[in-house]
Amino acid sequence: MAEFKQADSLYEWFDQRLGIDKFVKVMMTEYWIPKNINFLWAMGVLLTVMFTLLVVSGIFLLMYYKPDVAAAFDSVNYTIMQEVGYGWLFRHIHAVGASVVFLIIYIHMFTGIYYGSYKKGREMIWISGMLLFVLFSAEGFSGYMLPWGQMSYWAAYVITEIFGGIPLVGGDLVVWIRGNFYVSDSTLTRFFMLHVLLIPLAIIGAIVVHFYALRFPHVNNEAGEFFDFDEEAEKYLAGDKKNSKVVPFWPVFLSKDFFVLGFFLLFFFYLVFFHYDFAMDPVNFDKADGLKTPAHIYPEWYFLWSYEVLRGFFFEIAGISGKSLGLIAFAIANAIFFVMPWLDRSPMVKPANQRPYFKYWFWFLIADLIVLTVYGKLPPTGANAWVGFASSMTFLVLFVALPFITKAEAKKVGGK
Amino acid sequence: MKDESRRGFIGKAFGAVAAVGGVASLIAMKKTWDPLPSVMTAGFTTVDVSALEANKLEIAVWRGKPIFILKYTEDMKPTDGRTVKVGDFHYSVMIGLCTHLGCIPAYRNDQKDFKCACHGGEFSADGVNKFGPPPRPLDLPPFKIDGNTLVLGEEGPEYKAMMAKAGGV
Repeated sequence: MAEFKQADSLYEWFDQRLGIDKFVKVMMTEYWIPKNINFLWAMGVLLTVMFTLLVVSGIFLLMYYKPDVAAAFDSVNYTIMQEVGYGWLFRHIHAVGASVVFLIIYIHMFTGIYYGSYKKGREMIWISGMLLFVLFSAEGFSGYMLPWGQMSYWAAYVITEIFGGIPLVGGDLVVWIRGNFYVSDSTLTRFFMLHVLLIPLAIIGAIVVHFYALRFPHVNNEAGEFFDFDEEAEKYLAGDKKNSKVVPFWPVFLSKDFFVLGFFLLFFFYLVFFHYDFAMDPVNFDKADGLKTPAHIYPEWYFLWSYEVLRGFFFEIAGISGKSLGLIAFAIANAIFFVMPWLDRSPMVKPANQRPYFKYWFWFLIADLIVLTVYGKLPPTGANAWVGFASSMTFLVLFVALPFITKAEAKKVGGK
Repeated sequence: MKDESRRGFIGKAFGAVAAVGGVASLIAMKKTWDPLPSVMTAGFTTVDVSALEANKLEIAVWRGKPIFILKYTEDMKPTDGRTVKVGDFHYSVMIGLCTHLGCIPAYRNDQKDFKCACHGGEFSADGVNKFGPPPRPLDLPPFKIDGNTLVLGEEGPEYKAMMAKAGGV
């Protein structure tokens, strides 16, 4: 225990006890970020802000929401929307926020893939990020159930039914997850708990791991250049800011981030105030009815690509039913991104457009995901079903081909 | 050396206690998510079919689904593998959800068939699709016959025979 001398100021009093100076240095003023980056590097801060907005708007909704099949629908559509002062605002922030957070997650994720920010020491950043994607997906799904509209009910029905495809234990597992033989009050209350407590806690934990994972390999840069951060930091601290390749997180990096954030928030609140309807499916304004299936069930836009993979296999192949094939493909689609660092066999850390073969793979994948998303919303009949099948197969083939493509690339560029 | 082995023993002892506690709490957590006893008993619906009126559709609710029970008149022909005999009468026992998109078809007792209002699908009295978009006959719920009562949710010999006839679907 160090000896404490009389503090000269309140700041010093706290600094003696909490080491504020040291903490601010480690977390902010001497946390080094590469200089050679662009606005795509602001997505992490945007996501942190979005998550905060979702938590805050969620807290306000939580005060009036009732997780009970008899009361849930009206507590949202009558109490919160009509009676609570600015209740509509918090609901629209929450609903639009849930949609936009996935838009930013996808941009963040594909920025990482484009610049190769998932390999050569950055594997844990990537894996913790993918874990966050899965957790946000679970959070989105459980939250969608809460207004207890027709889409809430049938999305819950269809997605929990998926677990029934697991061999041997499937049927029992579905009943266990729902707490009943069908989606019912017990299902609503347990998913309410998951949505407001367990998954948010897990998300906060995963965010901490994600940030911590950045500490040792450091943030990637536009050129994929590797350099000695300590050396560059010394240059910066010695006053040679111009030749140093790094800037401190605060105030330099964050000031630029806040500029991007400003634009983003204008866009976000434009949606909240003038275009919230895209996040409010009209079907979900009919109260849940277990005895009446809507004519056409589809998820929110951010799940469409994986939903399309799920139903892309509509016929039997080699004695395996279409349903099972769809489930297997769906499971692969949701897990395959985790192993990106090992599927990419090329040592190159460069933007995709500077990589001879990977660039084709990257843009092919983007195009395929767009096709999957568009067709995921359409009824799976006639030609649509075949487009769904072809694009689902393309998705799987792209990932099977990735190690070979990148291996060939490694050979071509000779270990660079 | 002596200290080391002592610390090792404490570590192992704690590990054993923690493992037992961990497993026990996992069991408790799993059970907490199990369907409640009231849900399990509600998972079986019993219907006394002897009191039903012939050619008038009875709709029971079993596990959140509508179940059609139709008592046949003398002149209605039973279908082997789709109808069941309880006492002296034949009955159709089917899940009342259209196999097209899950709407509930209505029974027309003058024509003795089912008509789905959503997309115009039609089923005969035994639930076989005869017109429109439905891809297959109405599904059959597991049931058991106990005297004059029908127990929905349990697989009786009659149900198993019907399933075997339908090709083990």
